[in-house]
Amino acid sequence: MATLNLLILVCLGYVVLLFGVAFAADRMAAAGRGAWLRSPLFYTLSLSIYCTAWTFYGAVGNAARSGLEFVTIYLGPTLVMISWWWGLRKLVRVGRSQRVTSIADLISSRYGKSNTLAICVTILAVLGGTPYIALQLQSITLSFSIFAEADPSGLYREGSSVFWVAAGLAMFAILFGTRNLDANERHHGVVTAIALESVVKLFALLAVGIFVVWGVAGGVGPMMDRIDASEIGQWNVDAGRWTTFIFLSAAAFVCLPRMFQVMVVENADEGHLRTAAWAFPLYLLLMSLFVVPIAVVGLDLLPEGSNPDLFVLTVPLSQGNEWLAMLSFIGGFSSATSMVIVTAMALSTMVSNHLVMPIWLSTQEGSGSLSGDVRHVVLVARRVSIAAIMALGFFYYRLSGGGAALASIGLVAFAGISQILPALVGGLFWRGATRTGALVGLSVGFLLWIYTLLLPGMGGALMSSSVLQDGPFGIGWLRPQALFGIEGMDPMVHTVMWSLSLNTVAFCVASLLSFPSPLERLQGAQFVNVFDHSVAPRGWTGSVAQSEDLMIMTQRILGAGPAQEFFQAEAEQQGGRSSLPEPTPAFLERLERELSGSVGAATAHAMIGQIVGGSSVSVEDLLAVADESAQLLEYSSQLEVKSAELSRTARQLREANTKLTQISQQKDNFLSQVSHELRTPMTSIRAFSEIMRDTDGLTDEEQTRYAAIIHDEALRLTRLLDDLLDLSVLESGQVSLNMGGDTLRSVLDRAVSSALAGTSKTLTVRRSKASERIPLHTDLDRLGQVFINLISNAQKYCDADDPVLTISAHDVGGQVVIDFADNGSGIPAEARSMVFEKFARVGGDKAGGAGLGLAICREIMQRLGGDISYLPGQGGAAFRVQVPLAYRQAAQ
Amino acid sequence: MSNSEDRQPQGVRPSLFLERQSYRRRRLTDAARLLPILGAALIAIPLLWPEPGETGAVTLSSAILYIFTCWGLMILISLIFGFAARRTAARDDTDPDTDRWQR
Repeated sequence: MATLNLLILVCLGYVVLLFGVAFAADRMAAAGRGAWLRSPLFYTLSLSIYCTAWTFYGAVGNAARSGLEFVTIYLGPTLVMISWWWGLRKLVRVGRSQRVTSIADLISSRYGKSNTLAICVTILAVLGGTPYIALQLQSITLSFSIFAEADPSGLYREGSSVFWVAAGLAMFAILFGTRNLDANERHHGVVTAIALESVVKLFALLAVGIFVVWGVAGGVGPMMDRIDASEIGQWNVDAGRWTTFIFLSAAAFVCLPRMFQVMVVENADEGHLRTAAWAFPLYLLLMSLFVVPIAVVGLDLLPEGSNPDLFVLTVPLSQGNEWLAMLSFIGGFSSATSMVIVTAMALSTMVSNHLVMPIWLSTQEGSGSLSGDVRHVVLVARRVSIAAIMALGFFYYRLSGGGAALASIGLVAFAGISQILPALVGGLFWRGATRTGALVGLSVGFLLWIYTLLLPGMGGALMSSSVLQDGPFGIGWLRPQALFGIEGMDPMVHTVMWSLSLNTVAFCVASLLSFPSPLERLQGAQFVNVFDHSVAPRGWTGSVAQSEDLMIMTQRILGAGPAQEFFQAEAEQQGGRSSLPEPTPAFLERLERELSGSVGAATAHAMIGQIVGGSSVSVEDLLAVADESAQLLEYSSQLEVKSAELSRTARQLREANTKLTQISQQKDNFLSQVSHELRTPMTSIRAFSEIMRDTDGLTDEEQTRYAAIIHDEALRLTRLLDDLLDLSVLESGQVSLNMGGDTLRSVLDRAVSSALAGTSKTLTVRRSKASERIPLHTDLDRLGQVFINLISNAQKYCDADDPVLTISAHDVGGQVVIDFADNGSGIPAEARSMVFEKFARVGGDKAGGAGLGLAICREIMQRLGGDISYLPGQGGAAFRVQVPLAYRQAAQ
Repeated sequence: MSNSEDRQPQGVRPSLFLERQSYRRRRLTDAARLLPILGAALIAIPLLWPEPGETGAVTLSSAILYIFTCWGLMILISLIFGFAARRTAARDDTDPDTDRWQR
């Protein structure tokens, strides 16, 4: 019934379905309708390429040989997934923020965009990946052969079928894996196809498992009894292998190029990890749930010596359930194809970006800007790489003959690729990790892996049995499977332990001893502190106008449309009107990131470096930048000082202006007051002189009275003019002081007697003559003038019935203080500030003064270096005169 | 990470409810970090089981039961954490650009 032809037909139909799904998904994504393609479910399912044909078929084989040991391969990834908060979250964030295209790109980007490192990782990945691909091809042919045995026509030829399978897979990978150049973009078609394949393989394995448990064994209870009764019925797992394999699978889960591709590069949303953290372990649990039952039933039912790796197929076949066998075949086919496609994509990206592009670039060197269509070159390189990798896998399969147990090849590949782990983890969590350290560690681990595992595993052709037995040149402690003389270890455990531990030690020691380049340190900070700042550091310092060259290069890589769009957007962001942006460091940084999505970090860096010239950053550059900013700081602080000075000057100017305005106002007021003061006596003089001139028959008495009035007014005018003159002399500072020495007492004596002479009003002056024995050195006449003024003021204005003026003098802190206080009603508070102003008179001009007396007093006292002020709170009006004790400076 | 956890908005007195919520969120991340250690410990326990042939050797069926139970437990806790983290993340949408997981 299930003839080979039918099988091939089903296979082809399945492949056509895959093509259709991938095509439809790509179309939907391009039309913008594929939002559900980016759901966490698809992400989780695409992670399931971890389960290859090796796990699909090999897990049962492994279980049949060594019981539960197979489960380690699933437990490792489970632990990694549930610790996503610690590790994967950071890895994915770094991958997204740096637009990483592959694991080699990540490592190279972390360690200063070193291409050497990228080449190392690429070679390691290709070396580890090729046997793995061969393994998948082998599993497909093996499963074909099972059906071919049952087919009577005997048309099946192994070699050609492998070739066609390999060719078909290469074509699928080329068609859907290299559609768009930007390797960092999502490959919706491929991801959707492998998600479908994940569902198919899970469904197939579950179907076989359910058939075995309920169809053959008759339920869970009998199945468990059967398990215990079988030859693998007891817990029998070597502790070393148990822990080593869990660790190894966990490491490989992160480091495998295909896992990195789906987990980091194809990740559309960091939040998907949250779902995958439980959904993917669940998937793994379901995948391994029925493995032991199938193995036990297979051991029971099938004849001795049949291949346990194919129990998944042979058990349903032996029970005559050919449709189930067909389904299981499709499941195994799915596992193999999805793995091969993604591995080929991931490896081709690495090979084209890190091997082909640098070589091609170096052949282009010297021609300034790039010639030829880089875009085309990259795509061709990637397609050829896929074909080459598939061919490598095919030839490896043909050469090795496909004899070894499936599981062991898988583990060898795991051990190889895990050598990246120290550099990866160190790069993510340790800022001190350097390029040299990563290179040394990788090399040590890589060589140990080849020497202790790969070569001995390949048989006598590459490593003679004498070397294996006695070590190279008979050196015992260098025996490949017993390094340092430690024997009896499982070869796998031996290799993993020595290679990874020495790798880590070499990595740490070399990192500690070496010094990283500036770019490495920048990238290191960027990676380790990715959650603090998701913006890349400034790398480029080029500032020469090479925008056009950059544009030409970018067009060749991204294509004309996207490149122009990118440059236009950048130019708009910079605010310029031209379509070409200035090559600022920020722009170059973004451009590099954009290009690295297509050709990888190291190549993009090198390409921009070729145009902008020189290395991006050196310590000198950084120092220059620091210097420049220090100068800027200094300059701006100078500017600040100057601006503060300017504003201070402006304030002073404003103040001076206000003062001038006030003075001008005062002058106007003064003039109008003076003219007013002069007009009053002039008016009466004119009036009385006109009366005397024009009126006839004036009596003598009248004439005398009028003449006396005219005389009095003339005197008043004279006094006013004298005062004005006095004041103007004092104010202009042209007064010459006539310094002399005397006691205060005698000055006061003279002042009192001259002030009180010739007046009718009585004023009692109280003095304490004992305290007035203070020697003065000043202009005695001027001081006397002040005293006279004060005493006559008291005489004129004191409104008490029995006016008394108290003069007291004392010495206060180097100054003689003389208080003149009367017992009148004093000066009202609101007028006190005005009494020293010119023409200020309190309570009208009943006493007929010009209002200049106190103004003159104040001017005199200021000239003499003293002061005069109103003294409140003394009962009546009180003035305080302050005279310096030993006044010398006024004479100068 | 711990720095940002202790950060409080200046001058704003968070209410008791918010305080409780952010406290819960922090403990949730603690649980997420501890889960792999718990898982590793659970998986390492079979190493202590007696060798086959010795007295009290473990049958494969009970080993399967143990391993798959632990596995299921890890998945369950991870699931609960995933949903709880999603819920708190949905509420904490004040600054989606910053790393909301860290808080």
